[in-house]
Amino acid sequence: MAEESAITEELRSLLGVEAEPEVFEVEKGHIMKFAEAVGDPNPLWNDMEYARGARYGSIIAPPIFLIDEGLTKFADKLMNIKCPLPRTLNGGTEIEYYQPMKPGDSITTVAKLVDIQEKAGGSGKLLFLIVEVNYQNQKGELVAKCRNTFIRR
Amino acid sequence: MADQVYYEDVEVGDSLPTLIKHPTPRQLVMWAGASGDFYEIHYDKDFALSQGLPGIIVHGMLTASFLAQLITDWMGGRGTLKRFRTTNRGMLLPNQDAICKGTVAKKYIEGGEHYVECEIWAENEKREKAVLSSALVTLPIRTATAA
Repeated sequence: MAEESAITEELRSLLGVEAEPEVFEVEKGHIMKFAEAVGDPNPLWNDMEYARGARYGSIIAPPIFLIDEGLTKFADKLMNIKCPLPRTLNGGTEIEYYQPMKPGDSITTVAKLVDIQEKAGGSGKLLFLIVEVNYQNQKGELVAKCRNTFIRR
Repeated sequence: MADQVYYEDVEVGDSLPTLIKHPTPRQLVMWAGASGDFYEIHYDKDFALSQGLPGIIVHGMLTASFLAQLITDWMGGRGTLKRFRTTNRGMLLPNQDAICKGTVAKKYIEGGEHYVECEIWAENEKREKAVLSSALVTLPIRTATAA
């Protein structure tokens, strides 16, 4: 008999289905707190006066800002799905940037499981779950796209 | 901030300025709050130990943010980050140095834009590469400033 696949019905049912959109208001204070947490003193993230005279006319969000926020809920959902491989690792993240995020922006994120691959690893089976998240602003412009690989083992 | 870097000034193989960070448990908590990543392995020692870890570990995306800082510092106000990739290969522990380094891997012109791709990584105190990243940026050109 063929070995049972780690790709459960529940996982398969999520494939290609867009999650409920989430909306984040980009706040100046949140950007500044984020930059402070990184310990990144770049005035583009925290100095209104400097940023007004610079290229974007405003402070902007540092590159990793909101990336986790857009991913967390969907990642939690994936992690909580029962499957023969209980542990989840982050296998990598790719972010493409199209527009800066600025205070006052309203960012809508939509996450989707786009691919599932089962592979034989050195210490047993591995499941690769590829999640894509689109970040769109209030003007309908694509701000960023994130592709994240979760590994279950 | 350093002076603006221009496409013409960059050669494949160039090293980017090293950035040394020293994340503390306090910083991990600040990051959890600011990023929305509340996975307990980053602030709850008992939970981290129960997961087979040596203790709490630094968030991979916080380390990625250190590497993004290295890149945005280097590319300057007129550089634009187009793509950022990051993969966790090992662990970084708090109260240790996270040594962030980079080199220029590629440069090319496409669609009138001047692209530079950099490989960047964070080493832990054992000099193991714990996080591997790459960044694709566009840089301004000198000839345009003279025009």
